Amino acid sequence: MAEAAAVVAESLAGYRARAARAVLEQVVLPGEELLLPGQEDGEGPGSAGERPLRLNAGARSGGRVVCGPGLRRCGDRLLVTKCGRLRHKEPGSGNGGGVYWVDSQQKRYVPVKGDHVIGIVTAKSGDIFKVDVGGSEPASLSYLSFEGATKRNRPNVQVGDLIYGQFVVANKDMEPEMVCIDSCGRANGMGVIGQDGLLFKVTLGLIRRLLAPDCEILQEVGKLYPLEIVFGMNGRIWVKAKTIQQTLILANILEACEHMTADQRKQIFSRLAES
Amino acid sequence: MQRGLDSETKKQLEEEEKKIISEEHWYLDLPELKEKESFIIEEQSFLLCEDLLYGRMSFRGFNPEVEKLMLQMNAKNKAEEVEEETVELDVSDEEMARRYETLVGTIGKKFAKKRDRANYEEDENGDIKPVKTKKMFLKPQD
Repeated sequence: MAEAAAVVAESLAGYRARAARAVLEQVVLPGEELLLPGQEDGEGPGSAGERPLRLNAGARSGGRVVCGPGLRRCGDRLLVTKCGRLRHKEPGSGNGGGVYWVDSQQKRYVPVKGDHVIGIVTAKSGDIFKVDVGGSEPASLSYLSFEGATKRNRPNVQVGDLIYGQFVVANKDMEPEMVCIDSCGRANGMGVIGQDGLLFKVTLGLIRRLLAPDCEILQEVGKLYPLEIVFGMNGRIWVKAKTIQQTLILANILEACEHMTADQRKQIFSRLAES
Repeated sequence: MQRGLDSETKKQLEEEEKKIISEEHWYLDLPELKEKESFIIEEQSFLLCEDLLYGRMSFRGFNPEVEKLMLQMNAKNKAEEVEEETVELDVSDEEMARRYETLVGTIGKKFAKKRDRANYEEDENGDIKPVKTKKMFLKPQD
């Protein structure tokens, strides 16, 4: 960590842009500029000041590059806007130059189109429900956006219900809108979440870690006892088990997973499995 | 005396009209800016970056519908549909064929005339026997 900090300080002091490839999996700070592959030629430590970038197509490698959360486009470079580790994903099907993003940590959710979130119905006004998703504004949910809902056949949604849905409109200029059906009109598990259970809040980074394809925490949790979990990308998790005690244990484990190392986790799970 | 306009004068008039109209159109008198072809796309969603699993999960049979959904949605994400497992049928093929066979009889009975209904006799089991061949008039052989 001290090494990384020293390098970063040097780079910021010299206002030199670094190559994105060289910084992968390292901590980046807001304000840094990153060069994409194909633009780093001649940008060695010996060159003083900024070199004019070459814009010809030959210098570019591959096609389009996607800059994900935490990065912005600044001319032909990437500008870092959040602090965290820089990550990269190679393109699967071969087109495009891959995705770069910053793996940052935050608790405040900003609505993003396509995200599946858990919302709490706060008001019912006419044909729309107002759903609190943890953002700056409550999202609006029309009563027709449920599977099998028609003007005569209204969905059974009350104030205070939990809703699992996805955003169709989510930008900084408009009120977010969410729906509980997909583009084909099927529910796919979205809609009102059932009775009982417990809703609690965690950081956004933990949700993404838990939803990663190779998450050990979930595999171990699943072996404990029958349970049901719903993850919302807005940092909310809803859990339900057969007894209240089991539900509370589960909630505590998931909240504590944020700060535990793998060994501590294994200890706790083994203790639980015994009891 | 020539009434009306010549085709040539007509054309000239039309051209003049067009000219006036196109001159009235506003345009920016700026030098053409070179469009920089940007090959960087900005996305704010984590869905593109990381392959995340489906958000609803159920373990050890707590909610069977959610478990079915989990298989469905995660398989879609990983594009495992190439394997194409055999779809579980609610009704087997043989039973379907049997029902269809009897169904043809019952529906056919509805549209048959009174005389033909006599052909639709019922078996001991209640299954409709296949329609007997109609007795046609046989010409006497001489």
